[in-house]
Amino acid sequence: MVHGAIAERHGTPDQRSGQTAPTGNYAAQGDNLAERTRKKLPIAAIIATIPLMIESVGVYIFGIGLSVYFSFTNTVVFPDYKLVGFKQYERLWSTDVWITAVKNIWIFGILSIIANLVFGYLLAVFMDQRIKQEDLLRTIFLYPFAMSLIVTGLVWQWVLDPNYGLTATMHELGWTSFYFSPLNDANTALYGLVVAGVWQGAGVTMAILLAGLRGVDAEIWKAARVDGIPAWRTYLFIALPMMRGAVATVLVLQCIGVLRIYDIIVSMTGAGPGNATMMPAVYVLQYLSDRQNAAQGMAAATTMLLPVVLVLIAVGLFRLFRRRKVVTL
Amino acid sequence: MSAATMDGNVTAATKQPTGPKPKRVTIGRIGLYAFLIISAAFFLIPVYVMLITSLKDMPEILSSNVLTPPLRPTLQPWIDAWLHACTGGDCSGLSPGFLNSVKITVPAVIVSIGISSLTGYALSFWNYKGANFFFGLLIFGAFVPYQVVIYPIIIGLRTVHLFSTLPGIVAVHTIFGMPVLVLLFRNFYAGVPIELFKASRVDGAGFWQTFFYIMLPMSVPITTVALILQVTGIWNDFLFGVIYAGRPNWPMTVQLLNIVKTTQGIPQYDVNMAATIEAAAVPLIIYFVSGRWFVRGIAAGAVKG
Repeated sequence: MVHGAIAERHGTPDQRSGQTAPTGNYAAQGDNLAERTRKKLPIAAIIATIPLMIESVGVYIFGIGLSVYFSFTNTVVFPDYKLVGFKQYERLWSTDVWITAVKNIWIFGILSIIANLVFGYLLAVFMDQRIKQEDLLRTIFLYPFAMSLIVTGLVWQWVLDPNYGLTATMHELGWTSFYFSPLNDANTALYGLVVAGVWQGAGVTMAILLAGLRGVDAEIWKAARVDGIPAWRTYLFIALPMMRGAVATVLVLQCIGVLRIYDIIVSMTGAGPGNATMMPAVYVLQYLSDRQNAAQGMAAATTMLLPVVLVLIAVGLFRLFRRRKVVTL
Repeated sequence: MSAATMDGNVTAATKQPTGPKPKRVTIGRIGLYAFLIISAAFFLIPVYVMLITSLKDMPEILSSNVLTPPLRPTLQPWIDAWLHACTGGDCSGLSPGFLNSVKITVPAVIVSIGISSLTGYALSFWNYKGANFFFGLLIFGAFVPYQVVIYPIIIGLRTVHLFSTLPGIVAVHTIFGMPVLVLLFRNFYAGVPIELFKASRVDGAGFWQTFFYIMLPMSVPITTVALILQVTGIWNDFLFGVIYAGRPNWPMTVQLLNIVKTTQGIPQYDVNMAATIEAAAVPLIIYFVSGRWFVRGIAAGAVKG
């Protein structure tokens, strides 16, 4: 009867009249409680998940749909619903700046992901050697991640400033042939961004991979040692393949970070010199604000979404079938 | 996977490191420490330079090495950055931005965590038909580049007259915080024994009572993680602030960039760097104080990056 009382509190009359199962014989069906409640009392749960519905449908279906729709219009600042076909996409792919942005994100993405993985794994392996100061070092390696990308960009802009930072310091110390100011040269500006990106993210990679290393069965290490396999080969060819999960996490995080890269560009290079560090996300924002051509921005944004959707459809389905209970990113 | 990454320092204390046991000081051991020390220097030096530069006055900056500590330490740049630094015609420093960041962060953190923990609870224990469809969409949202939904959200907020307002930016932070937070809470509640829920139901507690009296008090650890994640994330945000908050509500990151970028002539390195440290201070303090908790949030939080 207790159950019935709750049902009354939460269920609407319509709902209850639709139910035919008796509410009295509670103990007999105790094990089915979860299922019973699901049938009986969805109202409170539905009310509680209204924000979820609004967001998932409103933003991720309706919103994305709207963006895609506007990419086929001539929308400037306020919505214009007249369709004009693929005009915006033709314009997009005939714009040099966009081509540069796409080229840049590939170069930057591949370089920074590799640099991040290699440096992060090296740090993790070295941290795994019974270092007494592990906690202190972990704190040092991770702290840049706590800071805003705006701050990171500004810090590195100063460090790489030839009149002030690293280069000037080396000159003062007597190493006059030293020159490392990648941001001032269109050919090397992307490398400067990679350095800043690694500085910000290598600690996180280290933390995730170190946890992965510690998760590898101790027996494996013993066996490898008994077989006389050198430690570096164990780390590279035995441990690394066994921690695919951790590596996948790092890769996913890195890919999302690369695709979204915006703040650090704005603060560090302003997409320059010229358009040497232009990125797709910056292109979208420029067309939304300064250039006041939302449709062109949406065409670029839709193009950015495409690879995400394709990868997610492949990976998402695979994962959904493998793990039902706990979903991890 | 996230369970493995969440251990942080606990792992270090309870589990043996997997590497071979060092017998004595060898060349390899020296090389190992050399690598770690150089790496630590790589991570520390940029902020060290920023810190000592912010404590020098301009003549000393121009005449001295960036690595040497200040001869005449001064807090004047910090004061100037806080109260007098100019952005365009406005010379009131970073302090209005700080206030705005507080006004944005506090309600956004409360609203996003409140909604997300409730949603996570409903999804774990009261999963109705169709709920997983919405949840799947939300997780998809964690991967969507922000640029795709920025314009529709502008239109949406304009329609309800919340564009360029404080409630508007709070709503936006809630929207973009929810995918990760709901996942975090749902996974946490999925680990709570179902018996506990059943017992609460047998005792006559309904949906809301079970949530407020049983589940919420249990979720202090995960709420702490979420809190750290959200406070640092929202405080560090630039993109949403500059788009949705409106000029009078611009958060600290936006004002910081404006201060640094509007410098004319010789850049005021001292003031700029003091301002940068001031803008980074809140998340850094949270990081150093929370330590282990921060590391726990990373696996989930980095997704927002």
